[in-house]
Amino acid sequence: MMSKIVRTQANFLYPFILIFGFYIVAHGHLTPGGGFQGGAVIATGIALVIVAYGYDRVKSWIKKSTLTATESIGLLCFILTAFIGLSTSFFYNFLANSGLLFGDKVSYGANPGYLNTAGTLPIMNLAVGVEVLGGLGVILMYMLSYGKEVSK
Amino acid sequence: MILDIIHILVLIGLIATAYLAVKLRDLMACAVMLGIFSFLLSLEFFILQAPDVAIAEAGIGAGLTTAIFVMAIRKTSRWEVEE
Repeated sequence: MMSKIVRTQANFLYPFILIFGFYIVAHGHLTPGGGFQGGAVIATGIALVIVAYGYDRVKSWIKKSTLTATESIGLLCFILTAFIGLSTSFFYNFLANSGLLFGDKVSYGANPGYLNTAGTLPIMNLAVGVEVLGGLGVILMYMLSYGKEVSK
Repeated sequence: MILDIIHILVLIGLIATAYLAVKLRDLMACAVMLGIFSFLLSLEFFILQAPDVAIAEAGIGAGLTTAIFVMAIRKTSRWEVEE
């Protein structure tokens, strides 16, 4: 556990880092970034809390089994989205231009980019983001769980 | 012109932080120097028109790697000792 200054900064910055990470994930088909980058930013927020508070307090808030389940759920969503379009081909974008979820037509010419487009790509970005968040979180928790802190 | 100056400053900063990360005896300062190195590298990627790689570098390099180094230093010793 670090000093009160570090803990206050972590408390203040944690929600903003999470919101920025989910923004990168949600706008993966419009702006730079995507599932992996957004998930890495969210995992950075988890790392900030872990560094500020230490493993003994964080292990009751964030559980390794929850993060492992998160990783598996992300991968399952990705492969299921790929399999749903199997009647045409694997990874077929069955939602694009269909009028359903994320199915709006993209107007011709230069435009700022609309969130409700691109079919299955935002769903896959979300799946990859959740998977990367779980995977990097598990790496951080296992890095922290071995050995004990040397007090100085 | 102004972009060239920023570019050269970023490159000088990369070399300086890399040198300090090797030379300093306080390992916590070395970890922070590596974090600054990663941040400057992500700035360099952004100047070279690769914002995608820049976000990945800022997240992984400056965020997670520094956190893992800090955890490892807190479980071992902070100062580098002569063998």
